[in-house]
Amino acid sequence: MSSDLETQDHGAPTFAIVMPGQPGDNPTTPKNVPHKGGAVNPSVDDLRVKFGAAIGRHEVGWGETTVYVERTKVREICAWLQSDPSQSYEYLSDVTAVEYRDQVRPIEVVWHIRSLKFRRFLRLKVELPKDGKTPLDVPSVWPVWKGADWLERECYDMFGITFAEHPDLRRILLWEQYKEGFPLRKDFPLRGRFSRAEQLKNALAADPEARYSMEEISVLEAFTDLPADMRKRLGGGEKVGE
Amino acid sequence: MGLKELMNKGSGTDPKLVYDYDPDSNQPFVTTSLDFLVNWGRANSLWPMPFGTACCAIEFMASAASHFDLARFGMERMSFSPRQSDVLICAGRVPFKLAPVIRRIYQQMPQPKWVISMGACASTGGMFDSYAVVQGIDTIIPVDVYVPGCPPRPEGLIYGIMMLQKKVREERMSNESIRDEMMPDPLSQLYIPASRIDELSEPFGNSVHQTRSAP
Repeated sequence: MSSDLETQDHGAPTFAIVMPGQPGDNPTTPKNVPHKGGAVNPSVDDLRVKFGAAIGRHEVGWGETTVYVERTKVREICAWLQSDPSQSYEYLSDVTAVEYRDQVRPIEVVWHIRSLKFRRFLRLKVELPKDGKTPLDVPSVWPVWKGADWLERECYDMFGITFAEHPDLRRILLWEQYKEGFPLRKDFPLRGRFSRAEQLKNALAADPEARYSMEEISVLEAFTDLPADMRKRLGGGEKVGE
Repeated sequence: MGLKELMNKGSGTDPKLVYDYDPDSNQPFVTTSLDFLVNWGRANSLWPMPFGTACCAIEFMASAASHFDLARFGMERMSFSPRQSDVLICAGRVPFKLAPVIRRIYQQMPQPKWVISMGACASTGGMFDSYAVVQGIDTIIPVDVYVPGCPPRPEGLIYGIMMLQKKVREERMSNESIRDEMMPDPLSQLYIPASRIDELSEPFGNSVHQTRSAP
């Protein structure tokens, strides 16, 4: 812990934006961060200059900046944040979603991104209104960060949000034949939609080997036993992911 | 008729199979029932197939380690292949995704075979009364011994193993039905009626308050 941090006035915690190798680049760990308000991540202003109306409101909580962006522009914004030398958000730490127990409050899709170079953290959010008209669909950021692959699959698995142009969007935790819906949605009953016997029947009826991809079992003879959609996906023998 | 003649007479046609016992040699011998001998051997060399999915597996590992020493019960050889095992120890919760796996493992085990359901989750689903967890592995495979606890202490597991040993000792070869393989219904893949599974999986205790969803 650097000593000058102790002597700082903690009323307004500062964002330490420093270049590595320059004086005063000791990692600062803010203490006594206020719940609301505080220093805004400077990337927000840069985003407003660059993308204008596509950037919505922003808020700061616990020293972390959240910025709401337009649904269709997500990949463009992420690509710029990742590649622009003044931003360098090279690390995508999470893609997830939030649904509130509220009939009008929209579902949010959340991206947590981090700039290792500038020690910045930014949370991007897209709001998907629950009006029945807006599709639960956002652009995939897989072309920007390859690590988004499984994160987006998990988000699809649990919330049913589709990520356009994701290379291999299918369930990741639940099995592919799962028919009961998306478990983390608020309208999903805790025990699932089917009776226990029905759930067990569905689970046992599936062939365990058929759940895995060809690469995983590497048994060519099993190919004909695979579900039709999986045969189609693997049929050409080309790898679809990365 | 002397003992030698008696044994020769009972041996059938192949004289090489006869144990050539000379009553004048004064060599000691013991007679017993075959059931006792076979069960004694089986009960004291149960090879476990550990199916550890959660924290119960930690207690199971502790049971197998030096402090509690499962080797005392002839179980020092963990059989990580179902083909070479006698007793399946399911330690931990089983999600529906694993249901066909544990069934396949059980079906791959050769007879005679037994199952210990270790802990609350494996026995009843425990606190995980959710969409993803099997409410007791007895809805998938037959279970011989349930060990309660969350997780059970190694002493609890050892007590369960001793109960299983007692059960093995009391088996009789004349009862042919105990080796019948329980075949699931080919249509539904269930081996007990669906209504009984629903009955076994009824919510109880605090679980009955968990059905809320969005207004």
